[in-house]
Amino acid sequence: MGVATRTAVWSGGLFGLLCATILASAAHGPVSVDIPVVARATLNAVAVPVAIGIEMAGASVGSLSLSVPILDVQYAHPFSFAVPETDETIVRDIRLPRILLGAIVGFALASAGAIMQGFFRNPMADPSIIGVSSGAALGAVATIAFPLAIPFGLQTAAFVGALLAAFGVYVIATEDGRTPVATLLLAGIAIQTFLGAVISYMLLQSGESLEEAVLWLMGHLQYSTWGRVEATLPVTVLIFAVLLVYARDLNVLLLGEEDAHALGIEVERTKRLLLAGSSVITAAAVAVAGVIGFVGLIVPHMMRLVVGPDHRILLPTSALAGATFLVLADTVARTGPAEVPVGIVTAAVGAPFFLFLLRRREVHAL
Amino acid sequence: MIDVDGVSLSFGDVPVLDGVDLRVEQGELVGLVGPNGAGKTTLLRAINGILDPDAGDARLAGEPVAELSAREVSRQLATVPQDTHVGFAFTAEQIVEMGRTPHRSRLDWTDDDDPVDAALERTRTDHLRDRSVDDLSGGERQRVLLARALAQEPAALLLDEPTASLDINHQIRVLGLVEDLVAEGRAALAAIHDLDLAARFCDRLVLLHDGGIGAAGPPETVLRDPVLGEAFETTAAVTDNPVTGTPTVTAVADRTARDGRVHVGGGGESGRAAIRTLWRAGYDVSIGPVPEGDVAAALAEHLDLPVVTAQAFGVPDDATRERTRRFAETADAVVLTGDPGSDIVATAADESSPIHASFNDGPHAVARGDGGQLTVVDSEGALLTAVEEHLG
Repeated sequence: MGVATRTAVWSGGLFGLLCATILASAAHGPVSVDIPVVARATLNAVAVPVAIGIEMAGASVGSLSLSVPILDVQYAHPFSFAVPETDETIVRDIRLPRILLGAIVGFALASAGAIMQGFFRNPMADPSIIGVSSGAALGAVATIAFPLAIPFGLQTAAFVGALLAAFGVYVIATEDGRTPVATLLLAGIAIQTFLGAVISYMLLQSGESLEEAVLWLMGHLQYSTWGRVEATLPVTVLIFAVLLVYARDLNVLLLGEEDAHALGIEVERTKRLLLAGSSVITAAAVAVAGVIGFVGLIVPHMMRLVVGPDHRILLPTSALAGATFLVLADTVARTGPAEVPVGIVTAAVGAPFFLFLLRRREVHAL
Repeated sequence: MIDVDGVSLSFGDVPVLDGVDLRVEQGELVGLVGPNGAGKTTLLRAINGILDPDAGDARLAGEPVAELSAREVSRQLATVPQDTHVGFAFTAEQIVEMGRTPHRSRLDWTDDDDPVDAALERTRTDHLRDRSVDDLSGGERQRVLLARALAQEPAALLLDEPTASLDINHQIRVLGLVEDLVAEGRAALAAIHDLDLAARFCDRLVLLHDGGIGAAGPPETVLRDPVLGEAFETTAAVTDNPVTGTPTVTAVADRTARDGRVHVGGGGESGRAAIRTLWRAGYDVSIGPVPEGDVAAALAEHLDLPVVTAQAFGVPDDATRERTRRFAETADAVVLTGDPGSDIVATAADESSPIHASFNDGPHAVARGDGGQLTVVDSEGALLTAVEEHLG
């Protein structure tokens, strides 16, 4: 069976599993909603863009008033099933945004994890290895601790911080246009340690906002909105598509950089693209959900044991499995006796599972 | 096909290649030999574009590699690396399929079975296709890497120590396959450590020494070139392999040259033992008279020592006697074996040489004479001691 077919079959199956998990999750909560009702409410929420236009909107800067072009997307709602209004509100306005955001974040983190493990040829690599998460945390904690000094929103600050940190690590590790993977790894660890120090100091100075900052650092999906879903989805899907196109190049890169070059891969350019792609996709996820650990580490690992090392199938299956895993973990996080940040759940489930793999020596099979 | 023109390359301040010229034609297998650190791998990297030369250029089918993209190079030139650790558990078939990368679009995920199957069959790795490369033996993995190179359908091949991790059976098989591939019109340049293998399979050898080409040409010439011993910093003895008929090199690492020449009178097994002992101990050795085709004469020729040969089964003529006498008279010591030819030497030595030793055939009965007195020694070790005493 060809790679394309295998990828399609596996991805189709996992996508079905993800959809089922989303429905089941949306049925769960303080108020139980029947699954058929959830399904209808979810379908009602489906929006298909039917027209994309550019509209001139008036904006005023000081005394100037300008016309600014704004992308205007019109959506059609193809389904309108009859659903009790309370249930529809619970599902559509409260649960779905959180569940979908969880799916997107899990999808992004697992994709980036799969890419990074291949890139570094190291089973312990995860999306935060080149400082993305630390940079995001710095941005986020800074806005939480000093809300007046920093004019951007938390998400923007986290996103920008993540990209700056990754870019900084890349620049430090690059010499004469070449970026040795080992140097990148060490530079990443050094920057993470340094940013960790800065973050700790800011936490000490954060006073009353300490709790909020710590909650963010643990990673949670509590304040999910449709707005965040709309902001992260296009970035994630677009970058994922680019990464998937380069999946075969990453396979060849696993043979070693010299072999990859001899097989026609422009090694440094491909490395830059993979690094940039996985950094942006991770930054988007971390900006809206905080530092959720272990998804990017465990999920690609597990999928590699199941589908093998070919990234053309590993990347999409990891992404979908990551989405499913995070939706499940967040369902546990929000329906337990007391709500906990989902980062605690993923770490509590992920670490023992990782140890299990380690004992079975599966980790060495990487 | 492959043209290297005045390539110089240094790592920081350390020059590795200095004006290397090299040419590999289609249908030709050229062996790149030289000691560790001579720059063999560096030269291969300069040819496939991984390294940019500081000066000069490498060209593929006339086009400078530096101006070609990695993809363009990889369509014409495949590099077989030294046994690579792949890490992730790809199957052999997946590895070979990666050889198709230069010819495929990123978005084309369909299987490209024909070249892959052909490459697997050609390298007899068909039965390994579903095995993880990590589970293969070194020989199997090297063949899979060769299959990957074949899947590239290249016009030229670079091989970096393709036999370094292989047992003798697989060495022969891998190089035999390369020989076949070259016979079909490909050009191949192989860095090979093993001089015997290089001599056996390559059409030409190129010896890298001191950053440049120390010697180049047919294997027989290159292996006998004095630069070879200099490059490897050892004394090399070249003999013909009795089975393949190709030159075989034996390095004699512990030989340090000493002053003094010893003439061995007469051949046979005892003459050969005397030559071997004295030459390895570092003395210059001459020998004669010995019949043509004598075992001692053959050894002396391989070691490039002066030999006086006489017709087999005949009485040595005057010219032979005279040459022998000259060698014996000017030698610092003379060894006599029980061989008939020794008589001539004994006469000459008695008259002129202050020291002579006699080495009798049979169970190592060796005599040493001083001032006409022969002292019998009974082993090669004793012979050496005797010579050492007299030469100081």
